[in-house]
Amino acid sequence: MKAIVQEITEKYNLQNAVFQRDNMAFVEVEKKFAIDLVTFLKDYHQFSHFVMMSCVDWIEDGQFQLLYLLHNPALKVDIGIKTYLNRTEPVMQSAHHLWKQIWTYQREIKEAFGIDFPGSPNVDENFVLEGWTEIPHMRRDFDTAAYSEKTYFPREGRFTHDPATYMREKLYPNQPVTAKKNTNE
Amino acid sequence: MNDKINEMLQRSAQNANQSEKSFIRPEDEEREVIAPDGSTIKINPIYDYFSGKKPQEEKPLNGVVEKFLNWARAESIWVLGFGTGCGSIEIPPLMTPRFDAYRFGVQMRATPRQSNAFIISGYLSVKTLKRVIRSYEQMPSPKYVLALGSCTINGGMYYDSYSTINRLDKYIPVDVYIAGCMPRPEALLAGFMKLKELIKEGKAEKANEYARNFDEYKANQKKIIKDWNMPDYNW
Repeated sequence: MKAIVQEITEKYNLQNAVFQRDNMAFVEVEKKFAIDLVTFLKDYHQFSHFVMMSCVDWIEDGQFQLLYLLHNPALKVDIGIKTYLNRTEPVMQSAHHLWKQIWTYQREIKEAFGIDFPGSPNVDENFVLEGWTEIPHMRRDFDTAAYSEKTYFPREGRFTHDPATYMREKLYPNQPVTAKKNTNE
Repeated sequence: MNDKINEMLQRSAQNANQSEKSFIRPEDEEREVIAPDGSTIKINPIYDYFSGKKPQEEKPLNGVVEKFLNWARAESIWVLGFGTGCGSIEIPPLMTPRFDAYRFGVQMRATPRQSNAFIISGYLSVKTLKRVIRSYEQMPSPKYVLALGSCTINGGMYYDSYSTINRLDKYIPVDVYIAGCMPRPEALLAGFMKLKELIKEGKAEKANEYARNFDEYKANQKKIIKDWNMPDYNW
């Protein structure tokens, strides 16, 4: 596994490879070389099983991250290939020619994040939603609660408790608050 | 070679524009066709197979006749086997010896044309709501709706979801609500008993309410179903 990562690091000039476990690594690659790298791993290193493909919206950096996860059944190792797309121009080279299941992943990502994969079969068809006219629903600037309130006639009288405060009031009313506030938030 | 590619690109661009304009499929669009005898006729596939007429109110009959009919209706509740959400898993146990809904005159049917009760079992996405409306309108009157679970009452745990509705009674009229997340089969049986009570008292007239406020219900339905490519009323 280390040899493979070493080889692709030199070949594709990768920046930071992360070993999650001994048999699992993640590498980051430039957008224009991403599908080349996937093809190289499939054809030369027998990463013949396509596990999944996912997308993350890094709205603070103005980027979408695509992840291709591949598995090598002979060596029993996994490798994840990450690549970043500009949020203003979300177009990615399609990988539908490598595995047929990528058709469906790309169709889903097109609907959920609005990333286009030109040439991918049926990529413009509805995946889950029908007649969706708003911005893609998995983008982080889409406010699902506000959309629901605007669209679906919320019933009055609904309220929620903060679980921590509510439990303290109900179960330990006389106990002083000792727990530190979570500073990560 | 280049000409061919350009032609293909143009065609795909045209197709993309067309799909943006209308959600109605090309084969469902209103158009003129040439009949087998050579004459030109206008067809509108969405409306040709269905009546465009609005539903009519059916006034109850007089006194003892209606009472007898209501008693008969209450004893034969035929439920449409259409599970919309997670609550549909509570329905199969009803038809087992342990709960045995048959003893109350409740049974499941496969098609809307054979049933008179509709259990909306749990959360309802907009995509499913479209199918629910079609099925509900195809059921013969008098028909009853049982709303199962808190999702149908105020959205439940999916109240802030972009794809699930909050209140079912804005889209189709509801006779009985069964609260819970999820309600057990016993609660569902209690709901059936309540429904039978309502029917016997002559209070389960929600199909008439749907006919009376048809325009209002349709407006609410069309507000969220953006790709309305079916007739307004499908009986």
